[in-house]
Amino acid sequence: MSLRSPLGQVEGLGAAKEGVHHWWVQRMTSVALVLLTLWFVASLVHLSSFEYSVVHAWLAKSVNAVLMLLLATVAIYHSQLGVQVIVEDYVNHHGAKLAVLILINFIHLLLAAAAAFAILRVGFGASI
Amino acid sequence: MKNVTDVPATNPPNSARPLSPFLIYKWRYTMALSFLNRVTGCALTVGMLLFVYWLVAVSSGSEAYATAQHVFAHPLAKVLLVLFSYAFFYHLLAGVRHLVWDTGHGLERRSAQLSGWIAFLGSIVLTAFFWFLILHGPRGAA
Repeated sequence: MSLRSPLGQVEGLGAAKEGVHHWWVQRMTSVALVLLTLWFVASLVHLSSFEYSVVHAWLAKSVNAVLMLLLATVAIYHSQLGVQVIVEDYVNHHGAKLAVLILINFIHLLLAAAAAFAILRVGFGASI
Repeated sequence: MKNVTDVPATNPPNSARPLSPFLIYKWRYTMALSFLNRVTGCALTVGMLLFVYWLVAVSSGSEAYATAQHVFAHPLAKVLLVLFSYAFFYHLLAGVRHLVWDTGHGLERRSAQLSGWIAFLGSIVLTAFFWFLILHGPRGAA
């Protein structure tokens, strides 16, 4: 028994009009974030202090800078995907939905660029 | 039973087509937990602003970092950090729960209820454990 409407069966696309890309990348970023966030939590616990020199020296290490770059970008991507679903679920007016989605995407891109620049700046050893 | 595809889509709701979930679902704690996953996800999106601010402060020199430390030392900021850490641990456990569900396991009522309790209580335990380690870890009595 199919619960699809006749029109839906003919079109065969489902309500989203697209494939599983969004669903898939949300899962892939989830799996990556389980590992990356646990690394970050363990790092916070192991830092000998939260003073500037200690935190800066920690982030300046190549391994930490690369993992932090991954953590920040993947977390921000995952956040964008999640907030997008919530907006699509609860904002009904089409124009408002589009406007909020554009705003959300821009904020996430801004955060990603700022985080990446900050991490690379420390990683490449710009001394200030 | 008549095949639903034979029923015109314009028929009144006496057909076999399902009703919208909010019309038939009874409020249950598993629903609340599902909702909490979204709420904590949103909270983490807001918390990410602080996270990026912290990164930018580290990259901007000791003065900017001192300002950030001053901001994070505010009692309100401390409360927020504890809440964000709880949001993180709940979203982590609930996320793993979802990943297990995606493999087709743990969907029966009993196991879904059990994993719900594990995620809810586990996140509280992990939050307490995390702050215990932060306050009594290598930094000593910081």
